[in-house]
Amino acid sequence: MDRRVVVRTRSLSKDYHLGDTVVHALRGVTLDIHGAEFVAVMGASGSGKSTFVNILGCLDRPTRGSYELDGQDVSELTPNDRAVVRKTRIGFVFQGFNLLQRTTALENVEMPLHYARVPAKERRARATALLAAVGLADRAHHFPSQLSGGQQQRIAIARALVNKPTLILADEPTGNLDSRTSVEIIEILQRLSDEEGMTIVLITHEEDIARFAQRQVLFRDGRIKADRPVDRRASAAEVLRALPPEDEEEQA
Amino acid sequence: MIDLSTLQMALRALARNKMRSGLTMLGIIIGVAAVIVMVAIGEGAKYAVQNQIASMGSNLLVVFPGTTTQGGVRHGWGSMSTMTIDDVEAIARECPAVRMSAPGVRSVAQAVSQSQNWSTSLQGTTPEYFEIRNWPFRSGESFGYGDVAAMANVCVLGATAADKLFGSEDPVGLVVRIKNLPFRVAGVLEPKGQSVMGSDQDDTIVIPYTTLQRKVLGISHLNMIFVSAVSQSDTAVASEQVTSLLRQRHRIQLYQEDDFSIRNLSDVASTAAATSSVMTLLLASIAGVSLLVGGIGVMNIMLVSVTERTREIGIRMAVGALAREIMGQFLVESVVLALLGGSIGILVGIGGARAISAMAKWPTLISPASIALAFAFSAAVGIFFGLYPARKASQLDPIDSLRYE
Ligand SMILES: Nc1ncnc2c1ncn2[C@@H]1O[C@H](COP(=O)(O)OP(=O)(O)O)[C@@H](O)[C@H]1O
Ligand SMILES: [Mg+2]
Repeated sequence: MDRRVVVRTRSLSKDYHLGDTVVHALRGVTLDIHGAEFVAVMGASGSGKSTFVNILGCLDRPTRGSYELDGQDVSELTPNDRAVVRKTRIGFVFQGFNLLQRTTALENVEMPLHYARVPAKERRARATALLAAVGLADRAHHFPSQLSGGQQQRIAIARALVNKPTLILADEPTGNLDSRTSVEIIEILQRLSDEEGMTIVLITHEEDIARFAQRQVLFRDGRIKADRPVDRRASAAEVLRALPPEDEEEQA
Repeated sequence: MIDLSTLQMALRALARNKMRSGLTMLGIIIGVAAVIVMVAIGEGAKYAVQNQIASMGSNLLVVFPGTTTQGGVRHGWGSMSTMTIDDVEAIARECPAVRMSAPGVRSVAQAVSQSQNWSTSLQGTTPEYFEIRNWPFRSGESFGYGDVAAMANVCVLGATAADKLFGSEDPVGLVVRIKNLPFRVAGVLEPKGQSVMGSDQDDTIVIPYTTLQRKVLGISHLNMIFVSAVSQSDTAVASEQVTSLLRQRHRIQLYQEDDFSIRNLSDVASTAAATSSVMTLLLASIAGVSLLVGGIGVMNIMLVSVTERTREIGIRMAVGALAREIMGQFLVESVVLALLGGSIGILVGIGGARAISAMAKWPTLISPASIALAFAFSAAVGIFFGLYPARKASQLDPIDSLRYE
């Protein structure tokens, strides 16, 4: 494993003000994540997982504490500079897929490159290659509404990868998927981690999913409750091989 | 910020919701078409008036006799009989700003040709009249000075009178009977159309004033004097010179009113032209209001669109779109909508103006300036009414937008 520290947070806190009451979503999170690590962030609903990952992804900024991404302090950036960080270094995958409707798979994957000022030809080439990598070359011109949840999530992964990010953040990417499809999605992420050395932070509240990661960080009430390596990490590819072959309908 | 791919993205977004884009454009289309048609109508009217100015004759002044007062009863203009042919000659001779003058005696008469008869106006004058009125001949020529001196029975027909009396036949050399006197037709005038006052200038027969005075009416005074100034800018000076000359000739005392009045017809025409400019402006502003309403429609739809696409905006922000890129995208969409609507509106407007010309016989004039203006105006509408929704879109919070259902 590469010893470069990709994520370094120190006493990260986030307060939300709702009228007179203050919600302490994060209460001092200190964590280092190294290059090529595959981390599962776990915890009950409301424990602050999404808040934490949104800050890691520069969608949000902490109330207190510091956050360094690739050695650069990004906790005090302006909204505009945070957008630039997202564009160049972060790839998001969401539970609800968040694809543009009535927009083809290919165009969805290309979309971030538009904001990165990549020329049209190269956009097309990169998006096509990534669609092929997630096994959807033949669905390039389908709309999200014509695709299954698993297929949509694979498009979302391709979109997250298209800008060659240093960090992939996935907020419950399998939350809306059945167990088999979930393993298929995890298999893609595992491959990215093992073969490409991608740094991945995956939120999940399912033990079953978390066992595919290399390290598990458990949140409770905005604090880290436990941080442990996964001893016997499961291989998604092997799990898939052991499952009975899927029937035709599921494929459609 | 606004490059080809932003434009493509905007077009795609608009195409995704064709019905809504079409309805939004309809507002702009109607607004722009209304502006084009209204301006075309106004400009057409102005153009017609300007043609009439030219058709009246160059730098024309008309002197009418004054009012007689008998026992406190004032009669209308022209009731005095103090103007004579000597005045006409004196004006041409002694007023430096006057190029030419001609007498005018007016009457109406029933004219009879071989096959037709027609009631028309009679105008008695000298050959200068045609030059002062800037009135060319369609065929034949004017009667001569000899005819005037000899009180000859010779006439020149206006185009309408010629058509009514002789149809398509060329009447030159034929005979018309007026008040039972036979008149030889010397020439036919080119048509001039309506006067500024709306009467048909071509419905007339012109004969030597001497013939009309002595043989027909039995009078010795004139009903008017036509005066042509040296140039357009000299009409006012010419008017002053004629006034002082006539006051002197008619021995009018200082404290007495003129026994004549001078009408500067190009003034009347300029007033008419100014009136039609005001009309153009009025019509254009009424149409402008409908363009404004169209613009508000664009804003309304863009606001709906921003709300409806909140999640899309969140997604775009999550992958790194800058606030100003989001703003640019929505702005481009509204400008494209407005310009597309504007272009279609221009075509519809041109078609509408043509249709009005053809059906209502109303002159319309489409100027490139009005097209350019309409185009620029619809772009401005797109920017102005797109700005607020676009700004609103760009200020959304990415996390809230991503959660938006
Ligand atoms: N925008 C917000 N405004 C107010 N409270 C919020 C907001 N976002 C999250 N919270 C609160 O912060 C806490 C942590 O939320 P979150 O990070 O979404 O938890 P998790 O992802 O672990 O379920 C919760 O109590 C939640 O209600
Ligand atoms: Mg969450």
